[in-house]
Amino acid sequence: MSMTDTHRAIDAVWRIESARLIAGLVRMLRDVGLAEELAQDALVTALEQWPQTGVPDNPGAWLMTTARHRAIDRLRRHKLVERKHEQLVHEWERQHESAEAVAERTLDDPFGDDLLRLIFTACHPLLSMEARVALTLRLLGGLSTDEIARAFLVPEATIAQRIVRAKRSLAKSEVAYEVPRGEELATRLVAVLGVIYLIFNEGYAATAGDDWMRPGLCEDALRLGRVLAGLMPREPEVHGLVALMEIQASRSRARTDAHGEPILLLDQNRALWDRLLIGRGLAALEQARRLGGELGPYALQAAVAACHARAATAAQTDWPRIAALYAVLARVAPSPVVELNRAVAVGMADGAAEGLALVDALGDEPSLRNYHLLPAVRGDLLARLGRGEEASREFERAASLTRNRREQAMMRERARACR
Amino acid sequence: MRCMVIVKATAESEAGVMPDQELLAAMGKFNEELVKAGVMLAGEGLTPSARGARVTFVGKERHVVDGPFAETKELVAGFWLWQVKSMDEAIAWVRRCPNPMEGESVIEIRPVFEADDFGEAFTPELRAQEERLRAQLDRTAG
Repeated sequence: MSMTDTHRAIDAVWRIESARLIAGLVRMLRDVGLAEELAQDALVTALEQWPQTGVPDNPGAWLMTTARHRAIDRLRRHKLVERKHEQLVHEWERQHESAEAVAERTLDDPFGDDLLRLIFTACHPLLSMEARVALTLRLLGGLSTDEIARAFLVPEATIAQRIVRAKRSLAKSEVAYEVPRGEELATRLVAVLGVIYLIFNEGYAATAGDDWMRPGLCEDALRLGRVLAGLMPREPEVHGLVALMEIQASRSRARTDAHGEPILLLDQNRALWDRLLIGRGLAALEQARRLGGELGPYALQAAVAACHARAATAAQTDWPRIAALYAVLARVAPSPVVELNRAVAVGMADGAAEGLALVDALGDEPSLRNYHLLPAVRGDLLARLGRGEEASREFERAASLTRNRREQAMMRERARACR
Repeated sequence: MRCMVIVKATAESEAGVMPDQELLAAMGKFNEELVKAGVMLAGEGLTPSARGARVTFVGKERHVVDGPFAETKELVAGFWLWQVKSMDEAIAWVRRCPNPMEGESVIEIRPVFEADDFGEAFTPELRAQEERLRAQLDRTAG
């Protein structure tokens, strides 16, 4: 193998191994920052040695062994040996088994507990949302600081700062390295799922393909979701989130036209939808259902997405079912946006008048005051009821509220057509 | 990116020799790792080509040929569809795969075309535009 081939191979090994490696090291060292640093050190050593020796048969164990040696060296050299670390070093030295065996044992984590602990730590509520996202991509997605920075369109130094500060806060507050249990698990899991979905949406919202890194975030989020589903197979909402992301991702090829302009769901060419991802999404949704209990917000949104995915044409959409799902969602996770979506579905299922009644009930909702889709939906329903003058005013209003030029043009056009 | 990872057939696989328990267990473990890493999208093993068929196209004609087919090493015995970051990651995963056959065997990795690979000329919108243009020209000419 040439030098560059080996470097690329090491890069790939890092992608595959880094999360497990860091997770195992945190368990030993109880310090996320130190664990990541040592894992990086091991990577640097690999970059130095593997071009000569070739990639070892078990690269994960090799990296773990190297990181452990580094840990001992460093703790000694810096005389930072606090009691807990001192004990650790003694313990490691007393062990007569081979370093490789220890490394294998550390990496051998049949239930993925270490990885789960790392996920819950990276998504800890004491960190800001931005910090959680950066830390999760860094520690679990194996992304470099530079890659994260490019994905979020911010300077690399900003992300680096964010990560450093996040690690510091984790260390300072001595966050327990564990998977929460009982009631805490539910709220902490919401935080984890929220981080993954935010990463997904960050990529999904990027319709202009200036940089391939942004759509790449969808894949990173999907992968994290799939990993989490493997680690927590009994949590219905994890499958719900995976289902939602798989089905949404299935439409990515149909979402924009040749000029990168967005195409609305009902106008999309369904032949471009990715059947494989739809199939995976439906299976994940089924899994969430099979686990029983009431569907959570992600699973409900996935169920709505599934209604669209199952319809061969826009006209075949099962609007009564979508309206019913939104009614449940409005109860489980009430929000004005959900209510507006429900109004659209009801308008399609039961008629424009019924939809309009729901929209009007939202009329003075402060959080929607500047939300262009409220007048857009209202305008659409009014137009269908033959109230052209009123509809036109609503579309004008919608046009004035959106900054997207294409949407503005579309709204103005509809306003004209109604007069 | 997505890759199709293709296990090539061997004389044994074409003869319908099933893998032994040890290999099945090793493959099961490998598949589990792929799933846990969020890499595996799909994967199947295929029956010998004796149970397959081919349709050959010559212009507008179609001919059906029943298996088995001769060129064993070019046949497909099974496949996965993986979601990976790079070809290098796919290669790193394949290196970890147990030898899927007894003796010598080959696994081929082929990236799936992404939308970008087609270039702008192939987007359906542009194609439609071109068709409209051609129809218009036909009318003008006619």
